[in-house]
Amino acid sequence: MSGVRSVAAQIWQVASIPLLAIVLAFIVAAVVIVVSSVFTPTGFEPLLPFAAYASLLAGAFASDTGIYNTLVAAAPLILGGLAVGLGFKAGLFNIGVAGQFLVGAFGAAVVGANLADAPAVVGVPLAMVAGALAGAAFGFIPGFLKARTGAHEVVTTIMLNNAAVLLLTWAVNDLVRAPGFSFPRTGPIGNSALPILLGRNLHLGIPLAVLFVFAVRWLLDRTTIGFEIRTVGQNPNAARYAGMRPIFITALTMTLSGLLAGVAGAIQMLGVIGFYAPGITASVGFDSIAVALLGRSNPIGILFAAILFGAFRAGPPLMQIETSVPIEVIDIIQALVILFLAADLIVRRVFRIRAPKAEITELKTITQSWAGTASGGPPS
Amino acid sequence: MSDQPPVLEMRGITKRFPTGTLANDAIDLDVRRGEIHALLGENGAGKSTLMNILYGLVPPDTGQVLIDGQPVTIRDPADAIARGIGMVHQHFMLVPVLSVAENVVLGNEIVRAGQLLDIDEAAKQIKLFAGKLGFDIDPFGRIDQLSVGQQQRVEILKAIYRNARILVLDEPTAVLTPQETREIFEVFRRLRSEGASVIFISHKLDEVLEIADRITVIRRGRVVGSRKPKETNENELAELMVGRAVNLRVDRGRSHPGEIALEVAGLRAKDDRGHEALRGLDLVVRAGEIVGIAGVAGNGQDEIVESLMGLRRPTAGTIRLAGKDLTRATVDERRDRGMSFVPADRQRFGLVLTYPIDDNLALTRYADPPFAGGFAGLVRNFREIAANAVRLIKEFDIRASGPKALAATLSGGNQQKVIVAREFGQEVRLLVLDQPTRGLDVGSIEFIHKQVIARRDHGAAVLLVSAELDEVLELSDRVLVVFRGGIVGSFAAEEAQREKIGLLMATGAARA
Repeated sequence: MSGVRSVAAQIWQVASIPLLAIVLAFIVAAVVIVVSSVFTPTGFEPLLPFAAYASLLAGAFASDTGIYNTLVAAAPLILGGLAVGLGFKAGLFNIGVAGQFLVGAFGAAVVGANLADAPAVVGVPLAMVAGALAGAAFGFIPGFLKARTGAHEVVTTIMLNNAAVLLLTWAVNDLVRAPGFSFPRTGPIGNSALPILLGRNLHLGIPLAVLFVFAVRWLLDRTTIGFEIRTVGQNPNAARYAGMRPIFITALTMTLSGLLAGVAGAIQMLGVIGFYAPGITASVGFDSIAVALLGRSNPIGILFAAILFGAFRAGPPLMQIETSVPIEVIDIIQALVILFLAADLIVRRVFRIRAPKAEITELKTITQSWAGTASGGPPS
Repeated sequence: MSDQPPVLEMRGITKRFPTGTLANDAIDLDVRRGEIHALLGENGAGKSTLMNILYGLVPPDTGQVLIDGQPVTIRDPADAIARGIGMVHQHFMLVPVLSVAENVVLGNEIVRAGQLLDIDEAAKQIKLFAGKLGFDIDPFGRIDQLSVGQQQRVEILKAIYRNARILVLDEPTAVLTPQETREIFEVFRRLRSEGASVIFISHKLDEVLEIADRITVIRRGRVVGSRKPKETNENELAELMVGRAVNLRVDRGRSHPGEIALEVAGLRAKDDRGHEALRGLDLVVRAGEIVGIAGVAGNGQDEIVESLMGLRRPTAGTIRLAGKDLTRATVDERRDRGMSFVPADRQRFGLVLTYPIDDNLALTRYADPPFAGGFAGLVRNFREIAANAVRLIKEFDIRASGPKALAATLSGGNQQKVIVAREFGQEVRLLVLDQPTRGLDVGSIEFIHKQVIARRDHGAAVLLVSAELDEVLELSDRVLVVFRGGIVGSFAAEEAQREKIGLLMATGAARA
């Protein structure tokens, strides 16, 4: 029995801050809901938050459709969260998931459209691989630049996000525009669409994303490559001394991170969107950073964080219909969660947490990666 | 002096940490006015905890603090400062981009006309204080441009500026060169003659005997003795500290040099700033001998070690191991050929502090069988990693709660033992040791020295780089003196004279 308890204690040690940040976000947002209720026709409603949160939960989890919607929204966030989390493990902050996601989606769309009439067993895997490779290639660029020149990945990936949008707009307009449509877009993907497994929309991408959770976990915890990635992230000097090559690991990690983001784009393309057109939003890219932070870069944590964020997509419509609380409240909750994660001192004070392990170390990568001590710069 | 009333008394101080460690067990300490009082003890004996209690950083479980005979409660450092207690931590608390004067007045600014900072007035006072303590400092110099020794003086000025009468220094000499150590001792003497009391924490026997008026020895949280330097000696102090007789002088035995193991010829390398640090350095280490490199820090020692480790690319020259050219080999290839390294900075290079001991004990062979295998040799074998850890923890007497304890939780001595166990616990051709015992207590030093000699007798070639001339002289079968990136002298152990070597180290020539 003590084994069970110590495992629970360990989980609590790493998960306490994220969990309590969520709780605190809901509490503060409840105050916002109550205060704003004063200005509605129904007037002051102290119990409104309970009703709103109940419908939010119901919308996300109480029906099959709700659960499917939650999971479909969660799938790209799982992969995007893994992409950002893997970077954190190596001490890298990949803000480029947005761009890598779009490039992956585009790659899958183009190959999928070309194989629209081929059997699904051919079209689906090839389109998926195309998305993955496109994302990987787009992740390799900042990785290579950092390894070769020391260019900071935060700067290069932000620029590459813009480059991706513009490049793909040009490509859709001038290279792969499908005939017969009134606006620039790629052709229909036909048989290359991911098979629907349950309901109207639960596609193959969801189990695939979960598979990647365990693959990344295995990579990080069980393989020498994962050990190298973690060591470079924890102490690049010791990594060099131990015979590892931080430069190579940096480039490799960014490539793998891009690959995961590319797969995220591919499943969203082949499972939900169906064609590439300029203006496709890549909000997944930035939500992925939030998911990775909330999941503390742990693949299992990221899985749960992504499902929560999926529920934030699937649940709100019912909440708005049943309680008239606007969908935008969810943005407030999401923002508060991240705020409390970043200002974890607030959470510690409110809930009186002491565990040193509860510290969100990923924030150091974000805030300190500018000091020039980050891994992978060229040797002096 | 003994008739002076104590300016500070600590009575029955007990502190047990939540982890169960009894750090202080009914400790009594008294310090008199105008006294330099040394707190001597091994790493983890409880010295720092006691001083942190005094400075209000850690609350005691029981016990009382009296200042000038009056019981006082010290809740936080602000209380301590108000009572005239100043503390200089091992890691300085300075703002690197601010000037000396700005750092000194920080939180205690002199203001003029309401809100304007009067930095010139502060600078004047700082000059005055520094003069009294016998050194010169530019109040407008930026902290990040000062040497470690100078930064330490700024910390002392900070305390004096806040009217400290009792100055606590946590291992002040650990970060200093021998020259800087002499200078800081002079500052201590000036403080004493100004009537201040100095408490300094140390585990270096020669230092406390040289400078202290009184020495209190702490072992495992208890005071085990208090001595005056005149009434004691290194052997007695070491025994008090460790709790058993310690062999301060290692019995090196005879060496039996064999084939040439390491041959460095015409090595040139640049330092981080691009200046030539090694200028055609030659050296040879044979199997079964210990070659020590003596020299004032900054004469190319770091570059020699880094070139050998494969972390710095030489601009010219060759490095051969058993005849094989390894000048451009990767770190991995060097290790595969039988090189092992104990780096100078164990926390920056030698360990990953956030990893458990078992990962650290496999850190440099993580990708080699038996630690990895399976699918393309990429899968880590945790059973072998754990078995290796259990074996080495026992063999090298690493004190830890188990193989899964994080390296960060170990004392400095045990952290170094982890590195030594990893680097010594296999067949090696060449051991490169850079400051292998820096910051360690006598018990750990004795242990590591014995291990080095055991590897030598086992046929390994050993290259020892140390800033402690005593260590080089004691351990080496041959002593080389490095000066400005070249070897300027070579002595067999029996003819190595301290004075001669000291002169060579300082001037690069046998005659000044």
